[in-house]
Amino acid sequence: MTARLILVFAACAALLLAVLAGVAIGETPIAPAVVLQVLANKLWGAGYVLDPIDEGIVWNYRLTRALVAAACGAGLATCGVVLQSLLRNPLADPYLLGISAGASTGAVLVAVLGLGAGAVSLSAGAFAGAICAFALVILLARVSGPTGTSAQIILAGIAGSQLFNAITAFMITKSASSEQARGIMFWLLGNLSGVRWPSVWMAVPAAVLGLVICVWHRRALDAFTFGADSAASLGIPVRRVQLLLISCAALVTAVMVSIVGSIGFVGLVIPHAVRLLAGTGHGRLLPASALGGALFLIAADVLSRTLIKGQVIPVGVVTALVGAPVFALILIGRRHAR
Amino acid sequence: MTVLSCSDLSYRLGDAQLLQGITLSVQRGETLGIVGPNGSGKSSLLKLLANLRVPGQGQVLLHGQPLRKISQRTIAQTLTVVEQHADTHDAIGVFDAVALGRTPWLSALSPWSANDTAIVEQALADVDATHLRNRTWRGLSGGERQRVHIARALAQCPQILLLDEPTNHLDIQHQLAILKTVQALPVTTLIALHDLNQALSCDRLAILQHGRLIALGKPLEVLTPQRLQATFGVQAHYLTDPFDGAQILRMRV
Repeated sequence: MTARLILVFAACAALLLAVLAGVAIGETPIAPAVVLQVLANKLWGAGYVLDPIDEGIVWNYRLTRALVAAACGAGLATCGVVLQSLLRNPLADPYLLGISAGASTGAVLVAVLGLGAGAVSLSAGAFAGAICAFALVILLARVSGPTGTSAQIILAGIAGSQLFNAITAFMITKSASSEQARGIMFWLLGNLSGVRWPSVWMAVPAAVLGLVICVWHRRALDAFTFGADSAASLGIPVRRVQLLLISCAALVTAVMVSIVGSIGFVGLVIPHAVRLLAGTGHGRLLPASALGGALFLIAADVLSRTLIKGQVIPVGVVTALVGAPVFALILIGRRHAR
Repeated sequence: MTVLSCSDLSYRLGDAQLLQGITLSVQRGETLGIVGPNGSGKSSLLKLLANLRVPGQGQVLLHGQPLRKISQRTIAQTLTVVEQHADTHDAIGVFDAVALGRTPWLSALSPWSANDTAIVEQALADVDATHLRNRTWRGLSGGERQRVHIARALAQCPQILLLDEPTNHLDIQHQLAILKTVQALPVTTLIALHDLNQALSCDRLAILQHGRLIALGKPLEVLTPQRLQATFGVQAHYLTDPFDGAQILRMRV
């Protein structure tokens, strides 16, 4: 019990430190002491006298960014764990169910074709597109067979993704100016630049709620280790659990994608990396993956801002560029450890 | 006393009629063997009885109650099934795999306890797998995996145990040992078997052919040479073991 408390405490400390680092590091470095003073001013009205520009950068730009990065990383990693476990497929990731493809279509409809006449934001369009695509994929999986097996869901997801990607590409080539096309491309690769406090209030509750629901069902997820029939013989109401957890993962992913675009790699690889380190039991795997995803995406965001001076690299590019070699190292190290 | 029964059970998958008109009742404590050629519907029958599939027609009664009206969790506390091909790509440990058997008994209000650990250890010992407890699933041979699956089912503490060809990956010693262990348990057992000589040790046998139940009764009464010729397409006769007087089937094509 004490060991578990220490672990929880260490996890919280790591997360806080990462957020602090994410706020302090940037093109204009800000001393950690100043960061803490800004936080004290804003949270408790401590009344330190500070440069208002520093204060603005810390509170409105970097802190929101770090928090949304943490929430997205945690949310995507959680969804990745859940989908890999439920669908019994190591290649499952949060975008498998057509969500990122649908989001891109929704975003393009708003940004390029001007759907909603300015009253609908890019994020709202992306969210609506993601939910539509998910609904279509699940419907297809249901119609194609009575059982809704994982293979049907995966195939329906692939079909849905391809369809919506094609619609997006079609609209871009037909209607978008080169400037718009570049903007959309940038958004699709993941972009944390635009996030402010309203995004934080969407992303953080979504990530926390998603994690809590999934951890609550940790034993059910464990029971899927040997497949759906085995889970049923262990007393899991398979259809209900699948529907609940897949919908939950889809909603969390849709929220994240609508805020920051589709950041790849996190939801696919963080669960595998954490499984190698923390084992397969979901009671530990889920929180550990959420933490790993949060830390990873905060770090990736810092790198995306600082790697090239004066330019922000899409965070999705950084996650894959940095993440793939790191994952390779973990895989190799694990092999030697055996 | 009847613990598990089904009436007029039918099941089809696409164009294939896998089971038709099966009526069967299982008595408390007995070992009922299910035999039949490949594709005769043994696995399908076990899946329907375990509520893993929904029959197209007919119903299954567990302690007199239709399965449909019982929660999956309550079913799992009473009855469990060991499937033929359950595998995983997860690097799960053997102890954890067997511990999954405790799932239907655990909840937020009754978390894992020392009692659960003891039950898992006992289940491992019952299938002679205690020495495997710290190994990972991927490092196990086919027969070892089979024993771990059976241990998981035992850890579930079921009153009714459904086994789908539990001995097909095992070496001869473990085949006989598992059958002996299972028959010694104070549970009702339904067991699909290919080895007809092993099937002779069951209390009763159900013979399936083309998805129909064609015979049900004491092994020596239903596994007659005529039946073996008609259903399995083999010539057979009984020999008597001079060691203990038991009947042994000798078969040829």
